[in-house]
Amino acid sequence: MVKRLLSGNEAVARGAWEAGVKVGSGYPGTPSTEIMEAFALFPGVYAEWAPNEKVAMDVAIGAAYAGRRSFCTMKHVGVNVAADSLFFGAMTGIEKGLVYISADDPSMHSSQNEQDNRQYARFARIPCLDPADSQEAKDFMVAAFEISEMFDTPVLLRLTTRVCHTSTPVELGPQHEIDASPISYPRNPAKYCMIPTNARKRHGVIEHRLDELVKFGETTNLNRIEKRSAKLGVITGGIAYQYAREVFPEASILKLGMVYPIPVDLIREFASSVEKVIVLEELDPFIEQQIRLLGIELYSPDNGNHSLRADRKTIFPIAGELNTSIVRNSAIEAGLLAGESNPVLNVEIGELPSRPPTLCPGCPHRSTFYLLSKLKVPVNGDIGCYTLGIAPPLNAMHTVGCMGASIGVAHGAAIAGDTERHVAVIGDSTFFHTGIPALINVAYNKSNVITIIMDNRVTGMTGHQENPGTGKTLQNQDTIKLDIEALVKACGINLVKTVEAYDVAAIESTLKEWLKVEEPAVLITREECVLLPSARKRWMPLEVDAEKCNGCTLCFRIGCPAILKSSEMDPKFNRPLAQIDPLLCTGCEICAQVCPRDAIRFRDQMIKASSEG
Amino acid sequence: MMDNVKNLNSMENPIRYMLVGVGGQGTILASDVLAEVGLKMGCDVKQAEIHGMSQRGGSVISNVVWAKQVFSPIISEGEADVLVAFEKMEALRFLPYLKPGGIVLVNDYAITPVTVSAGKMSYPDNHEIHSKLGLVCKGQYWVKGVEIAESLGNAKAANVVLLGGLSALIGEDASPWIEAIVNRVPKKYLELNQKAFESGREAVLGGKA
Repeated sequence: MVKRLLSGNEAVARGAWEAGVKVGSGYPGTPSTEIMEAFALFPGVYAEWAPNEKVAMDVAIGAAYAGRRSFCTMKHVGVNVAADSLFFGAMTGIEKGLVYISADDPSMHSSQNEQDNRQYARFARIPCLDPADSQEAKDFMVAAFEISEMFDTPVLLRLTTRVCHTSTPVELGPQHEIDASPISYPRNPAKYCMIPTNARKRHGVIEHRLDELVKFGETTNLNRIEKRSAKLGVITGGIAYQYAREVFPEASILKLGMVYPIPVDLIREFASSVEKVIVLEELDPFIEQQIRLLGIELYSPDNGNHSLRADRKTIFPIAGELNTSIVRNSAIEAGLLAGESNPVLNVEIGELPSRPPTLCPGCPHRSTFYLLSKLKVPVNGDIGCYTLGIAPPLNAMHTVGCMGASIGVAHGAAIAGDTERHVAVIGDSTFFHTGIPALINVAYNKSNVITIIMDNRVTGMTGHQENPGTGKTLQNQDTIKLDIEALVKACGINLVKTVEAYDVAAIESTLKEWLKVEEPAVLITREECVLLPSARKRWMPLEVDAEKCNGCTLCFRIGCPAILKSSEMDPKFNRPLAQIDPLLCTGCEICAQVCPRDAIRFRDQMIKASSEG
Repeated sequence: MMDNVKNLNSMENPIRYMLVGVGGQGTILASDVLAEVGLKMGCDVKQAEIHGMSQRGGSVISNVVWAKQVFSPIISEGEADVLVAFEKMEALRFLPYLKPGGIVLVNDYAITPVTVSAGKMSYPDNHEIHSKLGLVCKGQYWVKGVEIAESLGNAKAANVVLLGGLSALIGEDASPWIEAIVNRVPKKYLELNQKAFESGREAVLGGKA
């Protein structure tokens, strides 16, 4: 059997293809992004980036109503955006298999909050599968479609960062052919039109469905008991299974592949077969609480470390990603393991220079943040690369919440009566995602918010995905390039201007002018992301003219990693001159525009100098 | 080659590799190759990339574990058998992950972080890195990966120079490594990478590291 190393995300995509999935829709978000990118490459499938997660989920639901296996992908917080649809899809059920994929991010490697989306399965009454490696990610994807069709329900496949971004060997299987029969869209309003009279009946149906799923969970091979010592039994699921095997090699294990609903009899049987039972799971005490509700006694350490909360988690931490060291230390503290924690190093490493995330050299967002910082206005930010406008020395962001929140939050502050002029900063893709309704609100309810749409012609942070502004689809078809300026005007904003994002003077004069006008305005700063292949072709490092530079440090205030302190000193002020790292500089000229002494050569000066030289 | 190194090469105990570097150095490609080599040698393998909001210039971490059966894909502090640093200060930053008595392979190359170029902090010197690494590891091998790769015509092949060095520490047989590299790198760079691999291997085997 062929085994290939696949990341969890690639394995899910492969599983979708093997399951004969026709339609996939998603919105990029770490750690989920690569699933739809990988799925899009399989022959005969349809894959798309939707403008947001809710639309992606609606699309997947519609395709499943139309009798085609379908799925949608998003990161954990994306499920919040899609939650309305998640619930109605759970109510109606489907004609053909439907899988919702949530990629959770314990430890918030690149997220604004930590949430355990297994909770959504319980909330919406749908089954939840939680794989522990790439092989399971693929197998569970296939199983999810079978369960979906067997029980007429969407299935939540919940992943975590560690599963998504770890490559493990996977046995590949054949493709279950994509259904090509003619579509007969259902005419079944009692099932598919969730008006109150129908919805009330459906609620009874989905409660019954859960009972049936519990019975299924008792016998499915997604859940399994590994019999070892009877002294300790560990109930676990997802990535935590790996830590259980490593830290408790002797323990018996009940591994739940389906973590909702849980198999009641299987758990009772397992609990009664061992002396002590514990639950090992990442984030919320999701399995633990359900087991408590069964009245099964879990081992509880008598070390006074209890939270007072009724919904407490015992033994293992509720926050952050687990690893073997955390699990081992918690187990030692709880008296489950003898011995000491991992050998601790006594080497004093000292404080090393950090490599903090910052806007890249040449980033077109830099000029705007430099000016916002200079203007000292309150800036309400959003989710994307430009969130890095928060970093010193720019320090140009004062609130950041979730996708699309910037404009609404700025409006709220403005209508609350703040006399400072509020600015909202949002990227192109995030504007399409959820910024548009908030901008309509600004126009409709007449606040004076200045919105800056940073249009870098791509969805940047997640690694350059196409979006409605780029002119290409996920599967590389030519398509519309959404006209942001026309869209903004149609929302009811009269003061609208598009400027080149590298044009410091144009941005500054526009903002200064608008600060004097009491009406909502939208500035579109446009320049493609400097890391796009087309932009890379134009890279040209600039130089400092050491004769002219006097070490005033103004260029340092733009926070560009390519600008360094030279070892050469200005003789008059005895301060270091500026120097440009030729390996990092792209020639965006923001520093050259900011320099008051014309000491940084512009591109045309560089060209002139080299042709003369 | 040292005896303790050979002892690592057994299927019974896992071998945990921690690869660290700076964005853009090819750390992930090197760990892809390393994972592939493990698979070719008949091990179970897991390879985890730890990305956060890593931009160009940020720290990059990749974990590769080989064993008869691998469970945890991530390496906790004090667990790594081998630490491969594509940038020398990163070796020091991730030293707490090294198992006492483990091995460190260092690319003798510095990438100055903004915090240093802005004049706020200083970059540790080679002596400091060397002596602190020495307090934990049993063997440390320094390879001038970038210099060697540059002499072959392309500084970007430094990651493969390091892989060559690593191969000398881990196994007698270079063939699974070369096969994995052939599978991973574009054809037009194949010759360059093969030379880079050989040079790195030679640097360690020849005791020059």
